[in-house]
Amino acid sequence: MMPEPFTTFEAIAAPLDLHNVDTDQIIPARLMRRPRDERYATYGFHDLRFDAGGAKRPDFVLNRAPFDQAGILVAGRNFGVGSSREAAVYALLALGIRAVVAEGFGDIFFGNALKNGLVPVRLPGPVVEALRAGLHAAPGAWLAVDLAALLLRDAAGAAHPFTIPNFARDCLLRGVDEIGLTLTLIAEIEAFEHHLMPSRQAGAS
Amino acid sequence: MARTLFARIWDAHVVHWRDDGLCLLYVDRHYFHEGSFHAFNMLRARGLKVRRPDLSFGFGDHYAPTRARRTDAVADPEIRGIIETFEANARAAGIRAFDLADPDQGIVHVAGPELGLTQPGMTVVCGDSHTSTHGALGALAFGIGASEVAHVLATQTIWQAMPRQMRVSFTGALPAGSGAKDMALALIAAIGTGGAAGSAIEFAGPAVRALSVEARLTLCNMAIEAGARTGMVAPDEVTRAWLAGRPFTPPGWAPLASDAEAVFDAEVTLDAAAIAPMASWGTSPEEAAPLSGRVPRAEDAPDAARAAAWRHSLDYMGLSGGEAMSDIRIDRVFLGSCTNARLDDLRAAAAVLRGRRVAVPMLVSPGSSAVKRAAEAEGLDRVFADAGAAWEESGCSLCVSMNGDSVGEGQRCASTSNRNFVGRQGRGARTHLVSPASAAASALAGRLVAAEG
Ligand code: SF4
Repeated sequence: MMPEPFTTFEAIAAPLDLHNVDTDQIIPARLMRRPRDERYATYGFHDLRFDAGGAKRPDFVLNRAPFDQAGILVAGRNFGVGSSREAAVYALLALGIRAVVAEGFGDIFFGNALKNGLVPVRLPGPVVEALRAGLHAAPGAWLAVDLAALLLRDAAGAAHPFTIPNFARDCLLRGVDEIGLTLTLIAEIEAFEHHLMPSRQAGAS
Repeated sequence: MARTLFARIWDAHVVHWRDDGLCLLYVDRHYFHEGSFHAFNMLRARGLKVRRPDLSFGFGDHYAPTRARRTDAVADPEIRGIIETFEANARAAGIRAFDLADPDQGIVHVAGPELGLTQPGMTVVCGDSHTSTHGALGALAFGIGASEVAHVLATQTIWQAMPRQMRVSFTGALPAGSGAKDMALALIAAIGTGGAAGSAIEFAGPAVRALSVEARLTLCNMAIEAGARTGMVAPDEVTRAWLAGRPFTPPGWAPLASDAEAVFDAEVTLDAAAIAPMASWGTSPEEAAPLSGRVPRAEDAPDAARAAAWRHSLDYMGLSGGEAMSDIRIDRVFLGSCTNARLDDLRAAAAVLRGRRVAVPMLVSPGSSAVKRAAEAEGLDRVFADAGAAWEESGCSLCVSMNGDSVGEGQRCASTSNRNFVGRQGRGARTHLVSPASAAASALAGRLVAAEG
């Protein structure tokens, strides 16, 4: 599915005071067998949001107003570690989350997010902690992700620079996906197959 | 210029190099499993065909039932549907799929290497994070997401930024009773789950050279749990001997290694001689300790953030901190997964169980159907059955609890798999990661213990 063009996104942000949030917590494996549809909104953080009987856990941040309206999450260290399941990204998007701010991300999650229009914003630990503290102090405060300028702006007026790979940023800003771009290089792929593969099969150089 | 093993394989696969450093790499081998339906759906939505069906291979593993071998015997209609979709997608694209009925079915990271489909010098990708496993044969192997799977199916290539290169050297010799799983848990406990973030690890040193290919597969499998993009071991005579005669092994391949003067971005060295049998006590693979030691107390954590994480983990695991690891009572044992269900692993567990009875239920699921046959040929199935363990078919099973099996809420499972995440083995389930020998010893004792001797 082609992502929509992403330039600037401003939303209420929620503090998620957890480190090492793995993709099993973002979407439990047993829910992943379903095709991508509107039900994914109930799958996101399912076991953190609902108890065994299906009732909402009032202590989970995304179950409390105004954070239930959040479009940006501010987490801790190592967000999205673990399984390569892209369904974790689908579930976050279905919840209305378009950006996650953290001190670091699982590698595969980071790539999966960018390919689907979810922006992973990597910032230094102290900045992330300060942002979370600010969100606790002023529930409902917004953050803005400015992808063109590569800045995360907070309600207090501070702008925090972050980086994401150029290629992914171009794709996001233009709303195109990688397959489309790669298919423009098909002649190079064919040349590789014709000229380089046989020599390599005899033994890597 | 001196090059690393990693850079050699990388350079040989670059189709297109962008100014910003991003490379389009050719993919020699693409594996997929039932979770690939998202990718096939994306391809269909865009009206694209599979470019090289001859370079992709499918394995039915994640949802495979382990008590029966027939798709129509799967009771849950959703699970049955996903298995049927996997088979239908492969058939429609003209891709060879090792489905439930195939004698070569198995967990993708066990069966792929075992069939000789993974070869030194190859680029290998699969929509599964533990694809790093294949690096044990000297391949460059990455786990990818569903969008990337669709990209590979459509173009046989993948965009990658060159990761940092890290060498992890194990010096000395591993003590008897410790294995590759213990090396992996010790490494992750030492450097943390983010310790190798964004890096490609080359495992080196005498203790790695001394490992069998099967043990190297275990080590590379766990590389991802240290945050690495991949793990690899330079192929050598051990590799050559192991690969010889397998169905897809090519007639010859050139030696491949890092140059002696090659420079890595980071170097980590561990003394293998100091590695004791390990088990995880928390909900992250870095939360592990020697079985002869104690569960740490949250107040002893090195920093406040870690103290909070440990408190959270201990709470979930039903531990208070400070107890002896060997006092932790378990409810069941799982011997399986792409980490530790190869023939060597089953042998190690059977050697501990022989002539004795388990104190708690134990499920044994061989890593592939071929491993199952080989184990039966040498009578290991009888050893497990006589000990009271359940001997079942091959699949991911309790490693990920997608096939309908799960560990009950609050139950404690000693498991040879690779992830002790919250809810990984079922909602509220508590997982302790251990080696096959320790899993067997724990099954006998009903507590977390290392095998004697
Ligand atoms: S055994 Fe576990 S880790 Fe391995 S491929 Fe299956 S689910 Fe993934």
